[in-house]
Amino acid sequence: MTLHASALSDTSTGEQSRLLSELMAHCGSDGSLVAVQFTKDGILTVWIKRQYLRDVLRHVKSELSRPFPMLFDLSATDERLRRNHEGLPIGAFTVFYHLFSFDRNQSLRIKVALDDESLALPSSIDLWPNADWYEREIFDMFGIRFEGHPFLRRLLMPSWWEGFPLRKDHPSRATEVGLFQLPPEKLVMTQDALQFKPEEWGLPRTYHDRDSDFDYMFINLGPAHTGTHGVLRLVAQLAGEEIVNIVPDIGFHHRSQEKIAERQTWHTFIPYTDRIDYLQGVLNEMPYCLAVERLAGITVPPRAQAIRVMMSEFYRIASHLVWYGTFAGDVGALSPVFYMFNDRERILSIVEAVCGGRMHPNWLRIGGVARELPIGWDQLVRQFIDWFPGRLDDYERLVMDNPILKQRTVGIGVLSREDAIAWGATGPMLRACGLPWDLRKVRPYSGYEQFDFEVPTASNGDCYDRAVVHMLELRQSLRIIRQCLEAMPSGPYTSLDPLATPPLKQHTLQDIETLINHFVGVSWGPVLPPGEAEVATESSKGQTSYYLTSDGSQFSYRTRIRTPSFAHIQMVPLMAKGELLSDLLAVLGSVDYVLSDVDR
Amino acid sequence: MIDWSHTALTIAVILGSCLTLAGMMIWLERRLLGVWQERYGPNRLGPGGCLQSLADMIKIFTKEDWIPPFADKAVFVITPAIVVITALMSFAVVPVAPDFVVADLNVGVLFFLAMSSLAAYSVIIGGWASNNKFAFLGSLRAIAQLLSYEVFMGISLMGAVLLAGSFNLSDIVEAQRHQWFVIPQFFGFLCFFMAGLAEAHRTPFDMPEAEAELVAGYHSEYSGMKFGMFFVGEYLSILLLSAMTVILFFGGWHGPWLPPAVWFALKMFGFIVLIILIRATWPRFRFDQLLTFGWKIVMPLALINLLLTGGIVLWKAT
Repeated sequence: MTLHASALSDTSTGEQSRLLSELMAHCGSDGSLVAVQFTKDGILTVWIKRQYLRDVLRHVKSELSRPFPMLFDLSATDERLRRNHEGLPIGAFTVFYHLFSFDRNQSLRIKVALDDESLALPSSIDLWPNADWYEREIFDMFGIRFEGHPFLRRLLMPSWWEGFPLRKDHPSRATEVGLFQLPPEKLVMTQDALQFKPEEWGLPRTYHDRDSDFDYMFINLGPAHTGTHGVLRLVAQLAGEEIVNIVPDIGFHHRSQEKIAERQTWHTFIPYTDRIDYLQGVLNEMPYCLAVERLAGITVPPRAQAIRVMMSEFYRIASHLVWYGTFAGDVGALSPVFYMFNDRERILSIVEAVCGGRMHPNWLRIGGVARELPIGWDQLVRQFIDWFPGRLDDYERLVMDNPILKQRTVGIGVLSREDAIAWGATGPMLRACGLPWDLRKVRPYSGYEQFDFEVPTASNGDCYDRAVVHMLELRQSLRIIRQCLEAMPSGPYTSLDPLATPPLKQHTLQDIETLINHFVGVSWGPVLPPGEAEVATESSKGQTSYYLTSDGSQFSYRTRIRTPSFAHIQMVPLMAKGELLSDLLAVLGSVDYVLSDVDR
Repeated sequence: MIDWSHTALTIAVILGSCLTLAGMMIWLERRLLGVWQERYGPNRLGPGGCLQSLADMIKIFTKEDWIPPFADKAVFVITPAIVVITALMSFAVVPVAPDFVVADLNVGVLFFLAMSSLAAYSVIIGGWASNNKFAFLGSLRAIAQLLSYEVFMGISLMGAVLLAGSFNLSDIVEAQRHQWFVIPQFFGFLCFFMAGLAEAHRTPFDMPEAEAELVAGYHSEYSGMKFGMFFVGEYLSILLLSAMTVILFFGGWHGPWLPPAVWFALKMFGFIVLIILIRATWPRFRFDQLLTFGWKIVMPLALINLLLTGGIVLWKAT
């Protein structure tokens, strides 16, 4: 094996080298480890030979001391056009596994290079059940096959789609392909493709037994259904009202954000991130900007960090409120959703005063935030945080203490901690199972380590506990906002680094170097040095991460967006099997997902 | 001759006011929900928006009346009529004031129970005839619901019948001249009111039309005025529930100073508002929870109540 160029001492930490030596003890001798890459995010990245992949994955999953029980992310990169690949052993495609260990609080990235002619890998569904959708997504987007996958077909794109969208040779604009036409036969074909055929999913249509003999009912919920909160389609196999199985069908909200990222400059992609989860505005921009700043080596000034934190927490409250109201609506309570949208309206008016936008604030910038806080912001914020706790007390009595709501949600959709980890649950879903895992606490970013707050948990992992966790988080977010208000640092609102975008103009007429940087930054957009960085943050629904690959241009070479909703929707069958149809709505309501966050 | 014209007039007044009130209640419910949900509700048409129902009616009459090709046509068409007819028939035995009743049947209570049972058919066969999975599940739930409330509904009001010694509703009201039956029959009242909510498919027992999971439940396929009939039928049964509660447990038209009919209307209005408030406040049960609740809690409660009342009546008589 060859140790990759960037020296161990330079970017690696003690933890990284310890993990590396543990890995070397297992797979150093047989030559399965091809190279070690030190990315700018401090995540140890090892390149494994394809034939040893299963062996290495199994080793880190179960045999290693303090193993990696969670498959955090799994995706691929088309490497064929990549310049500046830093001498890495790349092939035509790279598949990367992002694993996570709670015991170590550490990530591990395992990469496999694939050649053009044999695009296939062994499936790892038996190791991590959530690999199911990730592998289907890779097949869908890159055409890489996973041997042993029980149901390898397109996930996000319609089944009749031609080509693989995230390959570099697939067109990204409508103008690059021919005129769109929909002749009758294509119409019929596309409609037929949406027909649900239980046999394809291995679901029997009838039930035979010594005593009974009946047909199952297959009921199609969505993509336009009142209970799915967006274009999610679920096909439920019912015996009476009992759910025997559920097949989620996603992709109706797919906009290929990852492809769009490849033709937007680093700066102009920020507004697109707002649309990933349209309820949590700034919380989407946070991991993206942090990852870009990691690539560019920009330090964000303390005031900008505090402003980011404050707006993030406002959006967390806004997002939790929408969730809370719709959750209550899903179990039949009519009123809460109105109260909570009214409260959200107050938050959005503060957001509007600060950012200008409401749902899509486009507020963070590379190196800081868009502008200074408006005069009088502190009064707006103070009014809100003084007023809001009373409302929360009301909701506690109205919703959480209601015996009917408890009857509908306690013990429904139970998720064990082991399942939660194995299926990649994060955020409130994971904390409701009793694991106090919050990235703001365990891996603080953007100055969260300076704030005093708690990580609320619950113990049973059922629908009610997920609601409890959300409820308590609202109060913690308020605490953080209060601290921002009381101790907002002074100083610049954006970094003075030449790569910070848009660059400050104040020195441009005195100094030619600054003038050039300003000109480039404004006209082209910043040109980031080659490298890779991934930053995961705690967004309202779980962990959102952006894994950016730069090959030294003003565009991202590959942007991988890992969203919590994707993982959580994949778990719905797990939670809903054996429950009644009414409970499915309680489960869906408690999961807290947004379809744009699932499909991206 | 005088008797006939009196009856015809009563029918006209009761029929007219029932339908008008049902229409006005749609507006009232939307306005009240608005008040309780921090919003306005319909407030544009007429003073306070009170002509909204009229506009809705015009709209619903002019909408396309679609019968799905896969539905059982005859049954599909008849069903909405059953809801309204049975609810209106029940009003025939409702005494609004002394001598202000269409048919002063001496089996008034039984007639009311019979009509409310018939009304349940509309939901069941309506959902079935639609030949739609959501509607079908809705009517399955309606059957489960029927099984749970129908039994204790009858038992719960037998206490009041025992105390009055008559099935005639006017006699029952007259027996409450000095004391409303809600005091000796408090549990009977609770059981009856719950059964009534379930019968009217109101929150927290609105599972047959649980909009979150079943779209619109049993009436998913209905459009135009057929949907309107279901809609009006629901409000008629709320009116009926309020009227019956007032008659059986809250002294009917009895009350000081004001004329009897006004007292009756005021009391009814109170219950209508209560029913709307319940809708603004509570989530919905699951249908199997209602079954459990009905058979394990309310049914024994109603039976014990009947037993004790019977015992006391016998003891007093001897």
